[in-house]
Amino acid sequence: MKKVEAIIRTTKFEEVKTELKKIGIDFFSYWDASGVGNELTRGHHSYRGTVYDTEYISRIFISIVLRDVNVEKTIKCIEKAAYTGEIGDGMIFIYNIEESVRISNGAHGDESTKGPGDSL
Amino acid sequence: MLKKYVILVAILITTLAAASYAHAVADPSGGATGTIVDVPAAVAGEPTATEVANLVGHNKVAINMMWVLLCGFLVMFMQAGFAMVESGLTRAKNAAHTMSMNMMVYALGMIGFFISGFALMFGGVGTLGTLGGFGGLANEFTIELFGHSFGLFGTKGFFLMGVYDVGVFALFLFQMVFMDTTATIPTGSMAERWKFSSFAIYGVVVGALIYPIFGNWVWGYGWLSQLGAMFGLGHGVVDFAGSSVVHMTGGVLAFVGAAMIGPRIGKYNKNGTPNAIPGHNIPMAIIGAFILAFGWFGFNPGSTLAGGDLRISVIAVNTMIASATGAFASMMYMWLVKTKKPDPSMMINGMLAGLVAITAPCAFVNVQSAALIGLIAGVLVIEAAFFIEKKLRVDDPVGAVAVHGVNGAWGMIALGLFADGAYGDGWNGVAGTVKGLFYGDASQFFAQLIGVGVNIIYVGSIGWVVFKLIGKITGGMRVNAKDELYGLDIPEMGVEGYAGIKLDKNAETPLSR
Repeated sequence: MKKVEAIIRTTKFEEVKTELKKIGIDFFSYWDASGVGNELTRGHHSYRGTVYDTEYISRIFISIVLRDVNVEKTIKCIEKAAYTGEIGDGMIFIYNIEESVRISNGAHGDESTKGPGDSL
Repeated sequence: MLKKYVILVAILITTLAAASYAHAVADPSGGATGTIVDVPAAVAGEPTATEVANLVGHNKVAINMMWVLLCGFLVMFMQAGFAMVESGLTRAKNAAHTMSMNMMVYALGMIGFFISGFALMFGGVGTLGTLGGFGGLANEFTIELFGHSFGLFGTKGFFLMGVYDVGVFALFLFQMVFMDTTATIPTGSMAERWKFSSFAIYGVVVGALIYPIFGNWVWGYGWLSQLGAMFGLGHGVVDFAGSSVVHMTGGVLAFVGAAMIGPRIGKYNKNGTPNAIPGHNIPMAIIGAFILAFGWFGFNPGSTLAGGDLRISVIAVNTMIASATGAFASMMYMWLVKTKKPDPSMMINGMLAGLVAITAPCAFVNVQSAALIGLIAGVLVIEAAFFIEKKLRVDDPVGAVAVHGVNGAWGMIALGLFADGAYGDGWNGVAGTVKGLFYGDASQFFAQLIGVGVNIIYVGSIGWVVFKLIGKITGGMRVNAKDELYGLDIPEMGVEGYAGIKLDKNAETPLSR
C-alpha cells in the first residue's frame, strides 16, 4: 500500500478529480492549503493607497491511500491533469503505508481500501 | 350571559362607527376629501376668517414639525451607516467592539445631550421661528468685549426642564441626532485599539459638553453667528447643516484622539512607511455609505427646520449632486493617478467627502457650484488621507479625519466662496442674502475662515484635555498589546463578532510590499 499526496493548483482541482474518477480512483481526502513559494501572486493588492503582496499562495492538498496496483496510473493521471507548464504546478509525493484498518468492517490491508463495487 | 354582552358591545361599536362617519361619502379619487367641513368651526361648515386663519397657522407649523421630525428620523438612521462603514473597514477580530461603540454612542451621547447638551447649545437661541414661536429658550450666558455681547453658551433646558413645548421637543430630537453624528466620528479613527471604558466616558462628554459649546456659537445665537451683526463680517459664521458644527467637530476630535492613542500595532514599519490593514467587509461598508447618503436627505434639507421653506428641493439636489461628483472624483483619482485601481474604500470616502463638503453651503449655492464643491472634495479627501497617514503618521483606519475634518473645513470655505445670494435673507440678523467671495462679499469668506479656525482651536484643545482626563480615569485610553493582537472582541466585550467562524489569521495580519 502507498499513500500519494499531491499539492495542486486550486484551479486544477476539478479537472484532477474528474480524471481520477475516470480511472476508478474516487475515494480520497483533500483540503485547502496555503504556502509560500517562488510564484508571484496574480496582480498586486492595493488598499487605501498602499500596494502590497500577500505572499500567501493557495493550493489544494490531496491525499490518497492506494493499493500498489493503482499507484502508477494515479501518479500519471495527476501529473497530466494538473499540468500547465508554469512554475507553481505543484508536487506529488509517494509514501509507504504500514497498515490500514477500515473501521466499519474491521478489514485490514488491501481489503480495507476497496471501495464499494471495487473488483480489486 | 357572556354571549349577550358580546353582541351588545358589537352593536354599540357598529352604531358609534356609523354615527361618526355618517356624513362621509366614499371618495376613491381623493378629490372631495378635505373641504370646508374639515375646518374646525363653532358653526360646522361655516368657519369665520379667524377660524380659517388659525387652521392655516396650525397647518404651517404642523408641516414644519412633520418635516423636522421625519428628517430627524432619517438622520438617526445614519448611526447604522456609520456602524457599517466603520466596522466594514476594520478587522473581523474587532467587529463586536467596533459595532458596540457605534451602538452605544447613540445612547450615551443622547444622555449627555439630555442632561446638559441641549441647554448649553440652545438655551439662548430665542424664539423658535418655524416651530411655533415658543420664546422660553432665552437664557444665553454672555461676556462683554469690545462693546459687544459675546454669547458663550445657553443655560435653559437642562434635562429639558422648563421647556415643555412641542416645538422645543421637535428641535431637541432633530439636534440630538445631529450631535450623535459628531459623536460617532472618532469611533472610526480610534477603532481597533480604544478601551471601551474610555470610549464610554467620552460618549457622554461629547454630547454633554464638547459638541454643544461650538454648536451654540454657530447655531444657538452665540458669538460666531453674531460676527456679522457685531463687526460687519458678512452674516457671521454661516453653516447651514453642519460642515463645521457637526463634521469638523467630529473630525478634529477624531484627529486628536487618533494622534494621542497612536497607530495600530503593525500599521507602520520601522522606516515609517505604512502597511495596508484591509477592512474585513467591503460590502458592508458600501451599504453603510448608502445609508449615510440616504440619511443626508434628512441632514441637509431638514436643516431648514421648515417643510414650508421650499428651498428644500434645491438643497436636496445640491446634496445628491455633490455626493455623486465626490464619489466620481475619488474613484478617478485613485484609478488614474494613485494605485491604478478604483479603490472601493476610497470611493466610499469620496462620496461621504462630497456630502460633508456640501453640508454647510447646500442652501446657499447653485447646483453647478455644488457639483464643483463635490469634485474638489473627492480629490481633497484622498490627498488628505494620504497626508495624514504617510506624512503625519496618524493611523485613521476609516479616513474619518480626511472625510469629516478636512472636508468639513472645505465646506465652510466653499460657502464663503460660492454662496450666490439666492437665499438667506436676514440670516443671523444681517439684512440681505448670503453671498460668497465670488459673488461680491469677501467679508463672508473671512467669517468662514474664522469659523474654521475657531473650530480647530476650540475642539482641538478641549478634545485634548478631555482625552487626557479620560486616560487618567481609565488608566490609559488604549487596550494592552496582547488584547489588541488577539482582537478586542473577547477581552473587551466578552463575545466575538463572528462566533463560530474561524477567522483567517493571515488576512488579519498587516502586510506590506
